[in-house]
Amino acid sequence: MSSSIPVGYEPLIASAGQSSSHLAAFTGQSDEHQLDAKPALLSARNVTKSYQKGRLKIPVLKGVNFGVEPGEFVSIIGQSGSGKSTLLHLLGMLDVPDEGEICLGLERMDNVSSKRRDRFRNKQIGMIFQFYHLLPELTTRENVLAPLMISQGVVSYLRHRRRNRERADYLLDMVGLSHRLAHRPCELSGGEMQRTAVARALITRPRLLLADEPTGNLDTENSREILQILKDLNREEQLTIVMVTHDQEIAKEANRTVCLREGLVDEMGRGIL
Amino acid sequence: MYKLLLSWRYLRTRYIALASIVSVTLGVATLIVVNSVMSGFAHEMHARLHGILSDIVVESYETAGMPDATWHMEKIRSIVGADLEAITAVVHVPAMVNIPVPNGRSVTRPINLVGVDEKTYAQVCEFSPHLLHPENRKQLSFLLRHGGYAPGRAAFPPSGWQHRRNRVRIERDIQRHLGPPASSDTGGEQESGDSNPQKIAARSTDFDPLSAALPQSPPPLPGSGRFDQQPTSRNDEGDDHSQRGLADFERSDPFGGVPANSNGAVFDAVKHQHTGVVLGIAIASTRHRDADGEVRDYYYCLPGDDVQITFPNASQKPTAVFDWFTVVDMYESQMSEYDSTFAFVPLRKLQEMRGMFDPEQGIYGVTSIQLKVRDGANLNAIRDRLREQFPATTFPYSIQTWRDLQGPLLAAVQLETTILNILLFLIIAVAGFGILATFFMIVVEKTRDIGILKALGAPSGGVMSIFLNYGFALGLVGAIAGMGLGLAFVAYINEIAGVVETLTGREVFDPTVYYFQEIPVITDAATMFWVVCGAVLIAVLASVLPALRAARLHPVEALRHE
Repeated sequence: MSSSIPVGYEPLIASAGQSSSHLAAFTGQSDEHQLDAKPALLSARNVTKSYQKGRLKIPVLKGVNFGVEPGEFVSIIGQSGSGKSTLLHLLGMLDVPDEGEICLGLERMDNVSSKRRDRFRNKQIGMIFQFYHLLPELTTRENVLAPLMISQGVVSYLRHRRRNRERADYLLDMVGLSHRLAHRPCELSGGEMQRTAVARALITRPRLLLADEPTGNLDTENSREILQILKDLNREEQLTIVMVTHDQEIAKEANRTVCLREGLVDEMGRGIL
Repeated sequence: MYKLLLSWRYLRTRYIALASIVSVTLGVATLIVVNSVMSGFAHEMHARLHGILSDIVVESYETAGMPDATWHMEKIRSIVGADLEAITAVVHVPAMVNIPVPNGRSVTRPINLVGVDEKTYAQVCEFSPHLLHPENRKQLSFLLRHGGYAPGRAAFPPSGWQHRRNRVRIERDIQRHLGPPASSDTGGEQESGDSNPQKIAARSTDFDPLSAALPQSPPPLPGSGRFDQQPTSRNDEGDDHSQRGLADFERSDPFGGVPANSNGAVFDAVKHQHTGVVLGIAIASTRHRDADGEVRDYYYCLPGDDVQITFPNASQKPTAVFDWFTVVDMYESQMSEYDSTFAFVPLRKLQEMRGMFDPEQGIYGVTSIQLKVRDGANLNAIRDRLREQFPATTFPYSIQTWRDLQGPLLAAVQLETTILNILLFLIIAVAGFGILATFFMIVVEKTRDIGILKALGAPSGGVMSIFLNYGFALGLVGAIAGMGLGLAFVAYINEIAGVVETLTGREVFDPTVYYFQEIPVITDAATMFWVVCGAVLIAVLASVLPALRAARLHPVEALRHE
């Protein structure tokens, strides 16, 4: 891992490496779920984040420790404003924490170049949002292919065009949208859009799927279908999933639930669930 | 890949961008049309100026010019060497022409009288093509032709010997009916032999049947008649000339090629001509519009008519000398400046009349020598060599190339073109600001999409290049459309001018002003290339700011954007 890392980062990485021996301890703090020697796939350590609103500084996360192991399906639950979406954005490298560390495996990710974080986000993480966030100018299939278009240059994209397309069609078939390939997002229903988003999140074969209220905008039927897809992915392909939701019923579908309250992991929260 | 795809999709789906494309298109089209027309005009003007002026002119400031033309020409030949293609000596002198018109009046015009060598002058500059008679175009002759002037020009009145004979006969008929037959046999209106002022004044009153027939026209007074200059200038010239008296008829006139005179016969206007003169067409005519708006030319005189030319001689105390000349052709270069001032007469005649020769040694003086050099020869270098050999300290000469001579005019045209180009580029810059505003709108509109792209891992540079690509595509599409439009406009510019004329009833391109039959256009590939490049560059530059803004959007905030 070191060859591609600039020289200046080495001490930090070293410290991250040192801290990894204690990783089990602090990830263990968040719940009683005991970790074996298995290292966390993605972890947040003592992460704080606040937003500036005019002169007022609003703290959102006040020192959160959180880790997810490979193959886990974790749900983060909490009230509106508890900071669960912010935590997910930090985990997804969309934002950087004010303090604390975000680590991918043993590698610290919050202080590397934005280019590297972009690449990481593109290749390792799939994201699903409450409002689907499809590109309205592109068809369903193009939306699914978008992450590949981003990661590959024009030439290599065109060279792998057939393979890319096959993969997109396979994923769309998997989520049951093979009849909607050439439709624009505005021609799809909410459930269909979310399923497209799931297919898009999977196109780069990510190690981690981050879902931000994936069912927040859907009816019960569609919610169940999306959840079923996520659960199948977790079970059959051992895909690691972190899902943010405010709905306890949905949170229960996950293997493990972490509760956030006022910017902190609420260890008592488990009891409520 | 996503950059190209998205730019392409934005280009196809954002109709607001069409407005930007249209403004770029119009700007580019205007630039191309204006450049084509300007360079058409400039090229036409250059060609004409160059043609008329010859490559290099060695001009003397002295009244009497260069004393020995042959020596100068030999010296210039040796200096220029192999580059010299042709050389000719000319005499330039400011002069005044009197053209007799009906009513016993005459039209007086200031002219630039040029004495030319009929054999070599046409080799040095583009002179022959501007003459009216097809034979004169081949080889200039100062002899009046029988007819056939300006073939193919229906509006040109019949001229030549036929015209001359008819006119003289009519005049003689009128004279026979109205005037005393005193000296009618001496040759119609050719009264140059009459030296008695009283007699002429009396004759001119008698002679003018037309003015007499018009009651409202004032009675012709001595001094307003057509012959009034004659006695005056006669007197100026002194006794020497007046002594010649009637013998003027027998004066030698070898340059007019009138054998009758040299044989000592009596001058008969029906059979004989004076020395030939080629008049600039605008000296001898006026151009105007008739009631129907058609352009008409009215000719004061035609080939075959006689005119009187007065100019200073070359003595230390210059006095006016004059003579009658027969118009043998007209000069139409379509440069109004030249057509309205130049008149050409045989070189020898002018030299002798001005006294620019040394009868003892047979040496003739000239005022300037014109050179034509080989194509591609360095004019400025030859000019500098000549200047070196004819230093200003010893020779009061001006040695200039045609570009030097027309420098201010050429520079003015150049400046005009430059300023027009700058102004028109500002139009495209305005289009650029249109793109800027449109793009800011699109970036705001697309904020969430930008957030999505970033969430999917698109780097800021990639997001930026979507909008730069978009701007480039807009500029390119607009510029190419503009180029097509501009070229189409240029190709049909005369037809378009015609349509505009019929729609508005006003003439777009007035041939009485420009002397062109059509709007001249030259489309230059290099100019078009740079115009298109400039337009695309402006479009890209205008999209930089919005693109930067898009690139700097924070992904989380962009995703939350509603």
